[in-house]
Amino acid sequence: MPKLYTFIKYFCVILWSCFVIAPFLWAISTSFKDFNSVTGGATYIPWLQFEPTLDGWSVLFKPGSQGGINIIGPYFNSIFVTFTASFISIALGTLSAYALSRYTFKAGFVQNNDITFFFISQRIMPPVVLAIPFFLFLSTLGLLDSLAGLILVYIVLLMPIAVWIMVDFFNRVPKEIDETALIDGCNPFQAFFKVVLPNSIPGMIVAGLFCIIFGWIDFFFAFILTFTNVQLLPVKIVALNSSITPWWSLSAAALVSVAPLIVVAFVVERFLSKGNLSGALK
Amino acid sequence: MSLNLGNIIFKPTEQYHLNDITLNFEPGKMYTILGRTLSGKTTLLKTIAGLLSPDSGYIQFEGKDFLAIPVWQRNVAMVYQQFINYPHLNVKQNIEFPLKQRKMDPNLIEKEVSDAIQKVGLKGFEERKIQELSGGQQQRVALARSLAKKAKILLLDEPLVNLDYKLREGLREEFKKLFIGSEASQSIFVYASTDPLEAMQLNGDIIVIDEGKILQTGSAKDVFENPANAKVAEITNDPAMNLNKGKIDNNKLILNNEIQFNLPSNLQSMPSGDYLVGIRATDLYLDDQGFDFQVDISEISGSETFLHLHHQDTKCVATIEGVKSYEVDEHVKINFDLSKIYLFKESGELHYSPYQN
Repeated sequence: MPKLYTFIKYFCVILWSCFVIAPFLWAISTSFKDFNSVTGGATYIPWLQFEPTLDGWSVLFKPGSQGGINIIGPYFNSIFVTFTASFISIALGTLSAYALSRYTFKAGFVQNNDITFFFISQRIMPPVVLAIPFFLFLSTLGLLDSLAGLILVYIVLLMPIAVWIMVDFFNRVPKEIDETALIDGCNPFQAFFKVVLPNSIPGMIVAGLFCIIFGWIDFFFAFILTFTNVQLLPVKIVALNSSITPWWSLSAAALVSVAPLIVVAFVVERFLSKGNLSGALK
Repeated sequence: MSLNLGNIIFKPTEQYHLNDITLNFEPGKMYTILGRTLSGKTTLLKTIAGLLSPDSGYIQFEGKDFLAIPVWQRNVAMVYQQFINYPHLNVKQNIEFPLKQRKMDPNLIEKEVSDAIQKVGLKGFEERKIQELSGGQQQRVALARSLAKKAKILLLDEPLVNLDYKLREGLREEFKKLFIGSEASQSIFVYASTDPLEAMQLNGDIIVIDEGKILQTGSAKDVFENPANAKVAEITNDPAMNLNKGKIDNNKLILNNEIQFNLPSNLQSMPSGDYLVGIRATDLYLDDQGFDFQVDISEISGSETFLHLHHQDTKCVATIEGVKSYEVDEHVKINFDLSKIYLFKESGELHYSPYQN
């Protein structure tokens, strides 16, 4: 019986791994192909089944004058905007979430839950609804087509995620821990920074992960709110599309754009396996 | 040096959480707040600590207005029912946290912390993470932290209730030693509990609280022998004191049309009328000459058996020595130790106690 169980377990894990890994393998092999190799039926092994070429990759780094799209600028723009916006969202989101979790607010019929819902409601509407307001807002501020403008917009989009995750996290941290800190001589600020914050790192990491993912994959707002001056990676990649879909360059671009997320995932996984995330609070 | 609470009222909702509390605490004494769950024990402790501010009333400590001082400057210590420690710090860091917060001399901190660790028996665990400790050890850390502070007011909110039976017994003994002995004796100890037995064992002054109101204060002996009213008699006994409607008429104590006694000599002088008749579970005993009761539930507690019984409208719980099993609806013969009968007025007030002289 245990043998069968082990077999089923490993079978499921391997099956799932195949589903996860296969697209990557596919993309890697495709990125080294040329037009003939891609259209000439399914092939997987370089040199044996097709002749690898770096054409797909070089397009990404060549300047426009040589028929490339040069993603290096947009790439760093994307990293800068996503990480800055995520960091600010986590910082503000954690503070708001703590306040919402521990203090009682009341303004007429508006109470804590309503405020929390207000944050979340920012993500309930389809993004299209926000497009025109954001456009007008940024153009009034003179921040259209700028990094600062994008960061501002992303904070609006990402902070609700941070607030949502952190409110839930703080609600599960016994408030007696804060009280003990107060009794042990901390004023409310010290209690937050010396006791609550160090114990919130797991929650903040999870919230940060979500913010980075959602920020990184955004195409819509990056497309609408920028023109020529500042471009983000997803928008730039679309420029690859022409009359013939360049599958090889698209694959290369996909791999490049997913790389930062993989790095982030590995870093977070470190934290997870150290046990810092689990069991920090009973 | 004493701590005085006057007319404390705390009413955050429609209900009173604290209703006109007036109490005096003297240093070097142990106080046990005894009450059921939700009776206001924790609220009272938190009010003293400063975590809650009452709607009205005053708190004075060493002659100063305590309510004007924020929590973090009050120098109190509190141990919670849940095992509350700082999960990101190890055992030693947990205990030295309040001392560091007070900017004490590092050498002195070192000494105080190792003293406290020694006292609660956690030597060798200094570098452990909190999550790596058992429940009992976690509570010892919380205890050590409050001891090391040498706070003038020490509040203990059912600190043993989440521990297993064996550990509870052991720690309770240590508590008495730790707090009543040694140099800490100039502090005020307030211990909240739901367990009458625990309150009696701690043998300090008992404050009986119910629905946010103080029902009685006095020594353990006093509260046990002369409960001020029927409510106190229920709260301070486990199982709760049996209370049944009855009357004295014609030189007889009548519980119902079958359970009737000739008045014993100690009750001869009682005027006729309706009473609440109280008797402890331990003062009921199996007797072939006794009255016929039917078993509702029988529960085994350690080396005793609690029998929940009824006879017509008369309900009671009897403590029987030894572990015995009874079927539901089984008939047993039970008699009353008449020398231990309490009489309460119908309003609940104590009318007669067997310990009155």
